[in-house]
Amino acid sequence: MAATRPIRLFRNISAKIAAIPMILTAMVVFVGGTAWTVTYSFTSSKLLPKAKFVGLDQYERLWNTPRWLVSLENLLIYGICMMVLSLVLGFVLAALLDQKIRFENTFRTILLYPFALSFIVTGLVWQWLLNPDFGIQSVIHRMGWTSFNFDPLYNADIVIFGVLIAGLWQGTGLVMCLMLAGLRGIDQDIWKAARVDGIPSWKTYIFIVIPMMRPVFITTLVIIASGIVRLYDLIVAQTGGGPGIASDVPAKYVYDYMFQGQNLGQGFAASTMMLLAVLVVVIPWAYLEFGGKKHV
Amino acid sequence: MKSIRTVLTATTALCAAGSVYAADLEVTHWWTSGGEAAAVAEFAREFEAQTDNTWVDGAIAGGGGTARPVMVSRIIGGDPMGAFQFNHGRQAEELIEAGLLRDMTHVAEAEGWKDIVNPPSLLDACTVDGKIYCAPVNIHSWQWLWLSNAAFEKTNQAVPTNWDEFVAAAPALREAGITPMALGGQPWQSSGAFNVLMATLAGPDVLQQIYGDGDAEMAAGDKMTRVFQAASNMREMVQGSNVQDWNQATNLVITDQAGGQIMGDWAQGEFAVAGEVAGTDYTCLPGLGVIEVISTGGDAFYFPETGDAETEAAQDALAATLLKPNTQVAFNLKKGSLPVRSDVDLETANDCMKKGLEILGSGAIMPDVNMLNTEDTNNQLNDLFVQFFQDPSISADDAQARFVDIVASKD
Repeated sequence: MAATRPIRLFRNISAKIAAIPMILTAMVVFVGGTAWTVTYSFTSSKLLPKAKFVGLDQYERLWNTPRWLVSLENLLIYGICMMVLSLVLGFVLAALLDQKIRFENTFRTILLYPFALSFIVTGLVWQWLLNPDFGIQSVIHRMGWTSFNFDPLYNADIVIFGVLIAGLWQGTGLVMCLMLAGLRGIDQDIWKAARVDGIPSWKTYIFIVIPMMRPVFITTLVIIASGIVRLYDLIVAQTGGGPGIASDVPAKYVYDYMFQGQNLGQGFAASTMMLLAVLVVVIPWAYLEFGGKKHV
Repeated sequence: MKSIRTVLTATTALCAAGSVYAADLEVTHWWTSGGEAAAVAEFAREFEAQTDNTWVDGAIAGGGGTARPVMVSRIIGGDPMGAFQFNHGRQAEELIEAGLLRDMTHVAEAEGWKDIVNPPSLLDACTVDGKIYCAPVNIHSWQWLWLSNAAFEKTNQAVPTNWDEFVAAAPALREAGITPMALGGQPWQSSGAFNVLMATLAGPDVLQQIYGDGDAEMAAGDKMTRVFQAASNMREMVQGSNVQDWNQATNLVITDQAGGQIMGDWAQGEFAVAGEVAGTDYTCLPGLGVIEVISTGGDAFYFPETGDAETEAAQDALAATLLKPNTQVAFNLKKGSLPVRSDVDLETANDCMKKGLEILGSGAIMPDVNMLNTEDTNNQLNDLFVQFFQDPSISADDAQARFVDIVASKD
């Protein structure tokens, strides 16, 4: 009896069976839910989903709504600042910790601690700290410098930076830890070689170590980016979107119209635009990252 | 061991036996502040005293904006509560159309609601296609100006008797370090105050025409331009009231840090809790002292379809209890609202409440904005006015143009 060739589908059969629930969940919940949402964004659904199609009406209204434009602008400002600042701060902190200092564990713990707090707690803490009557401003006033003015949460022009401060305080510790792990992964021989060649350490960091840490940077970028897109709870806890609508973000717009405004169609249209924005960033990146590998 | 098992069996049997007689009825609402919780406890007490059923309290903190989505998702998700509170009007419209709420016409007929509910517009707001779907429990009106007497004494001015005098008194208040007017940062407060300006300075008919009929021409007209001018005066007056919640804003008036506030009649509960006396410590001006009119919004209870006969019997009993005379008196005195029937006696009501009752009796009433607008439209108005009142760079003309857009596209 000649042995039949094993069928490819049945190779590692137990692993494949184990993966079925996850695959089903991903297909039904993520892909199915997304398709459903996009479909119903073309309807005039109010409180309950109704398949009454109205074409692009919801999108037209969305892009004519000042609040949506304000929330996009806020996300853009917050996103760019958060991305750049948390990477820079996180890397600098990690590099400083990497100088074989004493009490490294203690510093690492202190810096990582805010990350253990939820965004809600972070938001509330910073709401008080930035309150002109109770927080930083009043402390400095009491110290005698009464012309000092720092109340970002009550100034529509800079409120998003007040949120950014809280976001950075919470998130930088994690970035630092990831970076530190990356730095520790660099072979000590490279440092020795660089020193023998007389390269100053800042140059070694920028031209040798950072390029070697590319995978760590990409992981960190993905983590930061996902945190930016789903920015919602921090805003709700810290400013409630105020003053006025000055610190609104797309996720809050989606929630408010879907649930409070009893206008599902409008909320779906807004969330579809959020998805589109994410895809615009992710698809080129994924293509570069994974598509290119075949040729290497 | 055996004896424990016997006891357990016995208790199970008791529980099972108990449920034959009466049902546990879960009632969800968003009444969580001090006065509100005391008021809703009156409902629970009356309901349990007059029937054999049990009131299971399902309070949801965070106000209507937070509570409504929770309630709606429970009803849509097939886990309906026994009864729930909404504001009168169009909030429950689609739930009724989808057949998720019970028709309560038989209770209304048995109890004769048609004859006792005053004004009748309250019952109309519960009626869809001739069937009654909700039990109105109280009347709340928005059109009140609350003034701190002490704030005006401090600046040697007479307490204003109408909106214009209040506006004229504002600069002196500002000089004395008092914020002329308090306004919380929550969006609904901004649009609410604007709707009050519109109903009083332009008149209830204008509001009815714009929100009721979607008259965009009227919204762009001269009368509304004047309202927007008044709103931009108000914007200057509220500068510096850095609070969020409505009761924090009311507290600024109570503690004389602010001259006044436009807020619904539920604010008087806060004055009462602080031990202030109407007329000596604070003054209330219905209709901003311009035109004596109050809107007849308020709260109503709706009853979801459960398909369970016991629950349905309990729902009927609750609906009947809510409108009984003694329930109405006990509840409304605590809540600070007006009763939905005119044949009950509120002797212990304070001055402001009596003013409200008088206006209600004289028939100078208007529909509540919630009865005319969907939540979608209200949300758009919230966005517009919270931005307008917090950001001085938006001109009154721009705001009016956006207002016209919202009115033109409303349904």
